[in-house]
Amino acid sequence: MKQVFNFLALFRRERRPGDLVFAVGFFLFAVLVALVLPQQAKFLPDKALITQPGFWPAVGVAMMLLFGGVHMIATLNAPRLPGRLREVLVWGRSLEFVGWFVVYVLSVPRIGYLPATVALAVLLGVRLGYRTRRALLAAVLFAVAVVLIFRTGLHVRLPAGALYSYLPDAIRSFAMTNF
Amino acid sequence: MLETLFLAADHLLHWQVIVALFIGSIGGVIIGAIPGVGPAVAIAILLPATFSMEPLVGLTLLLGIYGSSMYGGSLPAILINTPGTAVNALTTYDGYPMTKRGEALRALGLAYGASFFSAIFSVVVLILLAPVLAKVAPMFGSREIFLAALLGVVLVIVAHKGQMAAAGMMAGFGILLQSVGMEPVNYTMRFTFGLAWLTSGLDLIVVVLGLFAISQAFVLMVEPESAPDAKSVSGSMGGAVREVLGYKRVALTGSGFGVLMGMIPGVGEFTAQFLSYTTARRFSKDPDSFGKGSPEGLVASESANNAVPAAAMIPLLALGIPGEALTAMMLSVFYVHNVVPGPNLFQNQLDFVYALYLALIVLNIIVILWMLVSSNLLIHLIRVPTRFLGMGILILSFVGIYSLRNSAVDCLVAAGFGVFGLIVKRLNLPVVPIILGMVLGNIMEVKLRAAAARIESPLDFVSRPISALLVIAIVLIVVQALRTTLRDWAEDPSAETHS
Repeated sequence: MKQVFNFLALFRRERRPGDLVFAVGFFLFAVLVALVLPQQAKFLPDKALITQPGFWPAVGVAMMLLFGGVHMIATLNAPRLPGRLREVLVWGRSLEFVGWFVVYVLSVPRIGYLPATVALAVLLGVRLGYRTRRALLAAVLFAVAVVLIFRTGLHVRLPAGALYSYLPDAIRSFAMTNF
Repeated sequence: MLETLFLAADHLLHWQVIVALFIGSIGGVIIGAIPGVGPAVAIAILLPATFSMEPLVGLTLLLGIYGSSMYGGSLPAILINTPGTAVNALTTYDGYPMTKRGEALRALGLAYGASFFSAIFSVVVLILLAPVLAKVAPMFGSREIFLAALLGVVLVIVAHKGQMAAAGMMAGFGILLQSVGMEPVNYTMRFTFGLAWLTSGLDLIVVVLGLFAISQAFVLMVEPESAPDAKSVSGSMGGAVREVLGYKRVALTGSGFGVLMGMIPGVGEFTAQFLSYTTARRFSKDPDSFGKGSPEGLVASESANNAVPAAAMIPLLALGIPGEALTAMMLSVFYVHNVVPGPNLFQNQLDFVYALYLALIVLNIIVILWMLVSSNLLIHLIRVPTRFLGMGILILSFVGIYSLRNSAVDCLVAAGFGVFGLIVKRLNLPVVPIILGMVLGNIMEVKLRAAAARIESPLDFVSRPISALLVIAIVLIVVQALRTTLRDWAEDPSAETHS
């Protein structure tokens, strides 16, 4: 038994709050992936192992299981730090910004790149606490600069906003091409 | 050789390349000077924009950012004890104590001088090495490239001392991610779960942007606001830069380690800095001053990290094997333009390779001149509030992802990887092995399949001299890593050791 504990000590590492949640989560994900491997990757008859379509996914999954297992043991064996729930809540807070990003992605083809970018910069800026006139101006200038560099200058491939089709004839195609 | 060098210089004398050099080098300094951005984020965002450029233009832009960000990164490291890029962390050990002693200008000058010295040294070494590489590279067939990629994976794991298990599981995750989609030989589906959008696989750029850029935006936005303050410096920067010549031996040793470590896939700046710093300390007349504001320590650290970018291009150009995340991203620029890095590139397009090296020299000259006059200007950038910066990165990330193929699904996937990257970064776990797992996993799969027809038994892997050497290197590294881990534990079983 002493040998087992000594072996576990080999894998002890400094832990951070939330480490265990991630280590267990990653290992469970690896197990799940390993369970669906036979359905999600083919092993064809009369083919050498190294040329099988399922060979490299299996290598990846095996590494995830092996190293993920060791990582989980190491985490379990490390001294516990308080603050796990608080850390997980911080991870959850990032979902709010995923929401902002998704709304932005969906709004670009509808209202156009320039209006969507200015709106995101100003609204997200306000949400993050930048409410002074100077901060709002900085947000607008930043958004306009990004559009001018990437869309107007570099002509990066982005869709023209559907809203632009309601613009007067004289500026419609100009807006669609540049903003 | 001289003729090829002139031909290479001719490639550089195009206005697009010159503009790319200026934007890349000055942009890289600015990006490096802002703590929380870093070259990986910038390169990930700019990558899709470079696809429409000529290969040399796109690559010099990205190389400019890669090669110059460390100059900028030393500024906040020295002035406010916060490294601008991860590889400037060691610079804080001696740079910040010098600032506290009222020697900020001297510290900045030494850092810039050491960076410039090592960058030029590394490029000159590589230009001299190129003819040798042109002879050696063709000796790498499919099985040798497979083994070199495998060596890269092993080194990436082993180099994460203290986090080997985490690095291993992340590399495995990367290998799994690269296999998703339709497999190109037998046309079978792998891990698509019947979803049509997964048939073409996960785009490397989407994953990179999620893991590096979007995750960094989330990290900055969920954390409390900070707007670091830094005081201006005054005096002659030129004189301070020249002082590095008083530490030639330290700078030369650091540059040597930088070149050597940069050439080995998966090792990179941190190991080079560690070796350079410990060697400088060992041979110093005043080893006790290291970590307390030693000019030698500062030169050792900065010379080692800035020699790496040029050297890191060696495995990428000669074998098509990237050694770290930034060169992995650059690999996609090659592929987009149908320029296949590998043995043939050194044989058939040596002028292209030299052009990249000359570009590195020019960009370092631009950067050092810019740094002489711009340090006080750059101090304003350090003061940009972090959450505002996060918002900016989120907006810029969109351009990179959406412009790839105008796909909202790509944006969702990147956002998913952004959340995953946020968790990994907050837990201080390594992200880079995921990217290298994806890139090297793909190389290993393609090359092993190509070599399979000539491999009947495992012994065939050691039937050729280079493949035999690579197998021996892999075995020795694995055995040594296991031995070191076990020895550390035997010496102090109560100490916190490696996962």
